[in-house]
Amino acid sequence: MFDLRGFGDQLLEGATVTIELALASLVLGLILGVLAAMARLSDNKVAQKVANLYSTVIRGIPELLTVLIIYFGTATLIMAIARQFGYDEYIEIGPFTAGVIALGLTFGAYASEVLRGAIIAIPKGQREAGLSIGMSPLKIFWRITLPQVWRLALPGLGNLFLVLLKDTALVSVVGLHDIMMKTREAVSYSKEPFLFYSAAAFLYLSLTIVSMLFIHYMEKRSNRWGGQA
Amino acid sequence: MNFEVMIDHFPRLLQGAVTTLELVVVSGIIGSLLALPIGLARHSHRVWLKAIPYAYIFFFRGTPLLVQIFLVYYGIAQFESIRESDLWPYLREPYWCAIIAFSLNTAAYTAEILRGALGNVPRGEVEAAKSIGMRKVQLYKRIMLPRALGMIMPAYGNEVILMLKGSALASTITLLDLTGMARTIIARTYTPIEIFLAAGVIYLLMSVVIIQLFKLLEERSNKHMQAAR
Repeated sequence: MFDLRGFGDQLLEGATVTIELALASLVLGLILGVLAAMARLSDNKVAQKVANLYSTVIRGIPELLTVLIIYFGTATLIMAIARQFGYDEYIEIGPFTAGVIALGLTFGAYASEVLRGAIIAIPKGQREAGLSIGMSPLKIFWRITLPQVWRLALPGLGNLFLVLLKDTALVSVVGLHDIMMKTREAVSYSKEPFLFYSAAAFLYLSLTIVSMLFIHYMEKRSNRWGGQA
Repeated sequence: MNFEVMIDHFPRLLQGAVTTLELVVVSGIIGSLLALPIGLARHSHRVWLKAIPYAYIFFFRGTPLLVQIFLVYYGIAQFESIRESDLWPYLREPYWCAIIAFSLNTAAYTAEILRGALGNVPRGEVEAAKSIGMRKVQLYKRIMLPRALGMIMPAYGNEVILMLKGSALASTITLLDLTGMARTIIARTYTPIEIFLAAGVIYLLMSVVIIQLFKLLEERSNKHMQAAR
């Protein structure tokens, strides 16, 4: 379709980095999202406040700024802590790690909203039934609530993953060799920006389509018993 | 934490914030003007009329905003016919490239929101309008669009927040918006945490103001519903 002047392999290499970053951030983001949702629904006032602050702040500042703060800030923070322990070396966190933390934080903040809604949607009677047969609250959450939350939250989480996938492009700004960076390299050699940025756009578009199909499959699968919550 | 740096550079950050707001407002206006015909065409029953807006929306929602900005800023310059056209003095400027990319992007999202709202106008109201002999243009001008406008406010408010956050990407094509200004200050002072945090606070304040503004707008455009509630 395109004549990519031999840069096709480079772009695909970038695509694997993009996919790795998206999946790693997804895992971190889901963990943060579940924790934040639990905190917001808990009776602990402090936990509620912290979770609310986290979600408000992260959702109110640009993702690019989050990436920059994590990339430049975390290293400074770790160095400051290390200095207290008499360790005076220069520390740096890589763009990949910074990207996973920043995108994971972002995903978690939005996911906590989706998950909170899904947890609330589960009838109270089920929780009471669990309590009545002597299950601990944690066991109820793990065995009754969470498996059903998954089904209710999947459409929302799927949309968030599509957003996350596109946000991975921002990490190229701090030097990650993802699709964007590889494209930039190809452009600087070939002087054909339109061709290569179009190629990058189509790569992202195909990743989006594949993810959409997968999310659709998962939604169908999670509804295979056709139950209502 | 060096608060002095924050205070010293606060006026320059505000200057950047003004550019950010300008980008959001100008591309918001152009974007919503574009969204109107796209959304209406997307709502149409004719397949050929639906197909083009569908492809447009799919492209802009399926690729990262960063790719779109680079396509406009770097990509278009590849063609000699554009470099020789009368538009070149504008297309050369990062400011106008950012406006073009943001407008096209937000138009896609807004059109999709508008389509959803048009589909949700109660059937009875449409039938009532038809039964008293309203023509298609009247139907849209007097019933469908005003009703849809009231419905899209919450979703459009979210879109404006996303646009505010997306505008940070203007800094990647050398514009001195809030993020761009923060990055230039940091390049001189080497205080990333302080300056990025100050920028983050300004972004947060801007989001809060936008959210409040849309709450007011929503109340205003749904005035007729107040008695019902």
